[in-house]
Amino acid sequence: MSVQKMKEKHKLLKEYSYRLGELNRGYADRTLYVNISDNTINEKPVTELMKEKFIGGKGFGLRLLWDGTKDNTKWNDPENEIIISPGPIAGITQYSGTGKSIVVTISSTTDSIMDSNVGGYFGPFLKFAGFDAIEIQGKAEEDIIIVIDGIKGTVRIEEAPEEAVDSHVLAEQLTEMYADNEDDKRNISVVSSGRAAEHTLIGMLNFSWYDVRRKVCRVKQAGRGGIGTVFRDKKIKALVVKVSGVKGDMNHVVDMGSIREKGKRFNKEMRELDDSQSRMRTVGTAHLVEIMDDYDLLPVHNFKFGTHSDVHNIDSKVLKPRFTQGLPDGCWLGCMMSCCKSVDNYELKTGPYKGQKVTVDGPEYETVGGLGSNSGIFDADHIIECNFYCDTYGIDTISFGTATAFAMECYENGILNEERTGGLKFNFGNADAVMEALHQMARGEGFGKVLGLGVRKMKEKFTKEYGADPKFLQDIGMENKGLEYSQYVSKESLAQQGGFAITNKGPQHDEAWLIFMDMVNKQIPTFEDKAEALHYFPMFRTWFGLMGLCKLPWNDVEPADNAETDEPAKVPEHVDNYVSIFNAVTGKNIDKYELIRQSERVYNFQRIFNLRRGFGKREHDAQPYRAAGPVTVEEYESRQERYDRQMKEIIGVNPEGKSTEEKIAITRKHREGVYEKLLDAVYERRGWTKNGIPTIEHLKELGMDLLELIEVVKPHL
Amino acid sequence: MSKKITVNEQIIDWEENMTVDRILEIMKYTFKMIVVKVDGELVKKEQYKTRVIPESADVRVIHLVAGG
Repeated sequence: MSVQKMKEKHKLLKEYSYRLGELNRGYADRTLYVNISDNTINEKPVTELMKEKFIGGKGFGLRLLWDGTKDNTKWNDPENEIIISPGPIAGITQYSGTGKSIVVTISSTTDSIMDSNVGGYFGPFLKFAGFDAIEIQGKAEEDIIIVIDGIKGTVRIEEAPEEAVDSHVLAEQLTEMYADNEDDKRNISVVSSGRAAEHTLIGMLNFSWYDVRRKVCRVKQAGRGGIGTVFRDKKIKALVVKVSGVKGDMNHVVDMGSIREKGKRFNKEMRELDDSQSRMRTVGTAHLVEIMDDYDLLPVHNFKFGTHSDVHNIDSKVLKPRFTQGLPDGCWLGCMMSCCKSVDNYELKTGPYKGQKVTVDGPEYETVGGLGSNSGIFDADHIIECNFYCDTYGIDTISFGTATAFAMECYENGILNEERTGGLKFNFGNADAVMEALHQMARGEGFGKVLGLGVRKMKEKFTKEYGADPKFLQDIGMENKGLEYSQYVSKESLAQQGGFAITNKGPQHDEAWLIFMDMVNKQIPTFEDKAEALHYFPMFRTWFGLMGLCKLPWNDVEPADNAETDEPAKVPEHVDNYVSIFNAVTGKNIDKYELIRQSERVYNFQRIFNLRRGFGKREHDAQPYRAAGPVTVEEYESRQERYDRQMKEIIGVNPEGKSTEEKIAITRKHREGVYEKLLDAVYERRGWTKNGIPTIEHLKELGMDLLELIEVVKPHL
Repeated sequence: MSKKITVNEQIIDWEENMTVDRILEIMKYTFKMIVVKVDGELVKKEQYKTRVIPESADVRVIHLVAGG
């Protein structure tokens, strides 16, 4: 069916007209509210107080979600919301990595607050269309799309019965449908999910942009925590935004000269230094595959090990020739980091699109780790194929990879068998079984549906229905708070164990990545040192999510003289760039200390939001033991020399004459003990009680002693 | 007894004419974004091939934060 015919089948449910306006100092000063249960649409003003306390991006999302939901709202209740907000810096094109959005919702996997950052053009375009955020509430009766026309000044809710659900088809259909001509396609962005998001809890969202050189829609993913599942549960097929084009200063900033100057310096670094540093422009984050393997950090076989002899089959040397070189690959305009690599003209070997040639976004490092090494599959073609189908079906590759690895270990331990998997031999390394399970997710059938529950719910199911040992599953099930771990082995870095588990949303590396600082550099030996790092870095990195910024340009390239600075790990020149750019956009006058305090306000708000929902306490920061040490004899003996040496030198116990089981128990007692001490130190540094509750004094100090927050924390103090 | 140096608090054997590059090779330090200090003195990247490490040196190879 032609897109014109599809459009004719649309049924208009509501059209809302709004006054077009210009951004001022990075803000539209209003948000868009759309209720798809009763089809109401309105605007909400953004107050100065909201900007001061919540800044934008994730801060706005959290504030709106707090106000829009109740303590006991479930992920699939109509009153749950999906909020997309880019932040005040988003949309400038003179500095790299300035097109990010943060999506916030109540998660289908954690039952608490989820935030997920994403590139693509939707966030900046939403601002250019006139809104600092879109807040979607309710549940439609039939599949709908929401179309924001930033040229006419209209927001429409339309039933859209004929379009595809899978993202690679749907993004193309809607881009063609709403563009006036080929040239106009660059002015459209689509948010969509996919069929598998309808049948699983680990669905994600794709944010598109039209790649004018490849002449295809590209997509980036808001992957974590099942936001795509919430999206499809609401029967939203897509969001579409259309603008008239992107010009030099859409944000109407205060000091464009300063932003340009910082941008030029950064671009020079990228041109001159990237090839000898991270190679982001040629292989993107996939450069980390062999590095993580070298340092015993690449997850293999459900995080049992950190290295594998076959990694050369999936590393960046193998992927580089697959990635199309020489094309600008930014997921927002003006990004010189250009790390959004793609495999073009890839011919699919399986599934409903078998034989078609497609453009595959990535694979990035996390995807290689999850779909490859962690599942014991060292086959680049499989990773690319699986990456494509995860994307178009709307499945988070990180959760899929970690859930798959968990299920494989269960299979190898007899907890699962062919009868329970519907005939799939789910051993480590079986790529065909993984692809079949993924296609089953899209069809809503078979073992794919079980896998799509995610690790936490699989643990419950296997214990209840198959009589599995819940302690063993707790040890090997790599989730915390209900979210699957991202793809790094944290056993030898206590600080990173905290970086994963003492988080607001669950174990995602976007709060802190401290493994080198801790395990390799030995820079943070004491609990206080680790706590300081687990204060600074999560707060610093939270700030990107308030602004509409990407983290990668911060430290995936460093200035030539960075080594000579007092704190090279913080990349001081880039921190200074960010402070200057924020001030230049908004006209405010913050310094690097106020930057951290801006984040602290929102970070503590999110912690208290978790508390309001029954989470956010010490017990919720517990980690599965595999994140901290060897669970099995096989694991211990694979690194016996290391563990024995540590037992002697650190624990003070002579390992000689002890069985492996005894040594596992001694190591475990020690590692679990130091993790508890880490929690104490981190909580104290963050101004929280021993139970992880922000104190009223700390909230006052931050200027976040809001009545509604005090009411939540008070009973826990 | 063989002579030693310390690299990130780990004691390893010292070699005659040992360079920074050789230390990186022995330690399997393949990550590129590093800061190297020998007895507290910064070694620039262009000196990694030539800077000779004295015995008993305290070598720090500071890996900068990474992660996607």
